[in-house]
Amino acid sequence: MSRPFVLLKSAPLSARFGLIVVAGYGVVAVLAPVLAPYGETQIVGLEFADWSAQHWLGTDDLGRDVLSRLLYGARNTIGIAMLTTVIASVVGGVAGLVAGSMRGWVDQVLARVVDVLMAVPSLILTLLMLAIFGTSIFSMIMIIALIESTRIFRLARALALGIGLFDYVTTARLRGEGLLWIIFREILPNASAPLIAEFGLRFSFVFLFIATLSFLGLGIQPPTADWGSMVRDNATLLSYGQMAPLLPAGAIALLTVAVNFIVDWLVHHSSGLQE
Amino acid sequence: MEGPLLCIRGLAIHASAQAGMTEVLRGIDLDLRRGSILGLVGESGSGKSTLGLAAMGYTRDGLHISSGSILFDGVDLVRMSEPERRSIRGVRIAYVAQSAAASFNPARRLFDQSIEVAVEGGHSRRREAVRQLIELYSRLHLPNASALGMRYPHHVSGGQLQRAMTAMAMVARPDLIVFDEPTTALDVTTQIEVLSAIRNVVEASHAAAIFISHDLALVAQMADRIMVLRRGRVVEEADTRQMLRAPREDYTRSIWAANGFRAAPKPAAEPGAVPLLRVTGVSAWYGRAQVLRDATIEVHAGRTLAVVGESGSGKSTLANVIAGLLSPGAGTLEFAGSRLAAGFRRRTREQLCRIQLVAQSSDSALNPRQRVRDSIGRPLAFYHGLKGAARERRMRQLLAELELDPDQYAGRFPGELSGGQKQRVCIARALAAEPALVICDEVTSGLDQIVAQDTLKLLDRLQRERDLAYVFITHDLAIVRAIADDVVVMQGGSIVRKGSRDEVFAPPFDPYTALLLSSVPEMDPDWLDRVLERRRGAH
Repeated sequence: MSRPFVLLKSAPLSARFGLIVVAGYGVVAVLAPVLAPYGETQIVGLEFADWSAQHWLGTDDLGRDVLSRLLYGARNTIGIAMLTTVIASVVGGVAGLVAGSMRGWVDQVLARVVDVLMAVPSLILTLLMLAIFGTSIFSMIMIIALIESTRIFRLARALALGIGLFDYVTTARLRGEGLLWIIFREILPNASAPLIAEFGLRFSFVFLFIATLSFLGLGIQPPTADWGSMVRDNATLLSYGQMAPLLPAGAIALLTVAVNFIVDWLVHHSSGLQE
Repeated sequence: MEGPLLCIRGLAIHASAQAGMTEVLRGIDLDLRRGSILGLVGESGSGKSTLGLAAMGYTRDGLHISSGSILFDGVDLVRMSEPERRSIRGVRIAYVAQSAAASFNPARRLFDQSIEVAVEGGHSRRREAVRQLIELYSRLHLPNASALGMRYPHHVSGGQLQRAMTAMAMVARPDLIVFDEPTTALDVTTQIEVLSAIRNVVEASHAAAIFISHDLALVAQMADRIMVLRRGRVVEEADTRQMLRAPREDYTRSIWAANGFRAAPKPAAEPGAVPLLRVTGVSAWYGRAQVLRDATIEVHAGRTLAVVGESGSGKSTLANVIAGLLSPGAGTLEFAGSRLAAGFRRRTREQLCRIQLVAQSSDSALNPRQRVRDSIGRPLAFYHGLKGAARERRMRQLLAELELDPDQYAGRFPGELSGGQKQRVCIARALAAEPALVICDEVTSGLDQIVAQDTLKLLDRLQRERDLAYVFITHDLAIVRAIADDVVVMQGGSIVRKGSRDEVFAPPFDPYTALLLSSVPEMDPDWLDRVLERRRGAH
């Protein structure tokens, strides 16, 4: 397994930076209970306390430690975003590959359903469905996964259609191979690079989308710490010249940028463009 | 007497790979005067394209000029700055690539992209450039010269596009033109027109040209001098006539002899024997366009049927119908005495196994993410249930039969193989199924002559060992002569002539077969002139 290592050694600076940041976020998310000085929902002092030795980043509107909530927020926000993206990729990816390699009526039905879903602005669709199914974390994950899977479906289908024209796929079909072999042995290995890149890109979008919903009060519900609602809850502080609400926003921005650096690199690498 | 226009001395080009430096060209000396054409000949990988590009001071990515000088009109291109070189390229030195279809921008009209270099470089005004382009179009015998430029590249045929590209190269009145396999993608009948057009235009403009080709007979028509390259070095350089008459080096003689392969004739099929494959009255359509009309053929075990024709003749359609990729609208198929369903999905596993297809482009016929071992191993496992050591043993045996060392090649990915090796792996994969009939769709068209000849010899040997039947789809009459037992000539979707090899190649000819036969280049520098004269006389 020396290939990933060789790949890593040739990575440009931006991609290395992205990898380090993402790895850092991962460590924080996993180790949040160890790293955080206080509990996630523990009230430890006065509201809106200033930065001090006890509370490095002060306290929030209920007197909870901002640093602790920031660290726990990584866990919730990233974990949920990751799960959502994985579901979206598997559902959208498999459906797209099936549609693209079977063509015919299966493709027509799937593609038209996706068209309908894509025709409605995603935020409005989400709000509508959350209103119907309620704002639980489970329904939020499912709804966002469904919406994001339509984008992945589009890409996977286009890739499968393109790769399906190559003679090696024709040869496999002529051999009498089944659909599973065609998709997972002939098409997927050759479509994996753009799909991985798309996975990274979708992850940032899902992440931002969850933050948006949380900011609107429809995402992850209190008292669970997440970065979107932390911005909303402490937004009043901005008018007093405090930068505490900008920290979760900055955390979101940094992760998005880092993920996109990695995605850029993967796209360049898979398409053979010069870095 | 004026000095040479292009003077290359001691040129060496290296590729910098991770594994270290590899030499691509070494110690090249070359002189080229105005009004003369130099032919570069060599197998793929010999460095002929690299040398052609180097004459423009250009190297592909990953290559660099490590020593030597390239004097163009007295100025050294190697020591020039990149902007200076760019100001010369396209204007004073032009390049005509192998595939015009891939070199034109499909989203722009021919005019716009053809005059771009001349106008942007400030060498001529737009109206002047357009006028000149139209003149070039008519000198290149392009139909409807004044309106052609308003079309998009996909509106014109391949042969016309190749001539349009020549016109694009000539529009800035360059002093040197590099032609890199300009007719390889064309049919033989179209090729003649393009060749004579190129020769006339180069002569008239008093320019110098480099003509690169793997086909010696073509170079013989075009070039005054020929340079033979092999593995980045000059093997031999001489005047065309002298080289054709008396090649000095063994390697040169081996290229000359590369066209000489003839499979030993086989006894005719017994009268009354049931043919392995019988196609009766088959017609096929793409949408509303009929691409195959009432085709009837028979293929006998152990024999080769060559289906020959130009692009658009329906020969590949016929192959697709036999393979089951295209369902015919009319007609029946019979295989080994029993009915063969039209679509491959409705055929039995046994039938799929016994009919194998080897595709034209070995580049796309092998999954780039599968090692050779897995590509060949899959049919062994799929059809014959071989697993583990048994599968590995059979796979190695097949590789060895195709003259590929199993230790060296079994673990490679297709990207680590040459064109000829890839085609061998494709053949091995087809043979792994143990077929009775192999459809070979232009299997040698992507290979250079020597490799193509080796592949044909290999196919002939395998046929005799295994009593295989081949349906050989090709546009190349030399291949038909080399390997066919029976021949079918196709034109516009219909079969115009069929019979045994000797019958088809013996007069009296129908007009189309006569045209095809007379269009095959011969190893005689006067061949093109003779053909053109005869055709002019006929009109």
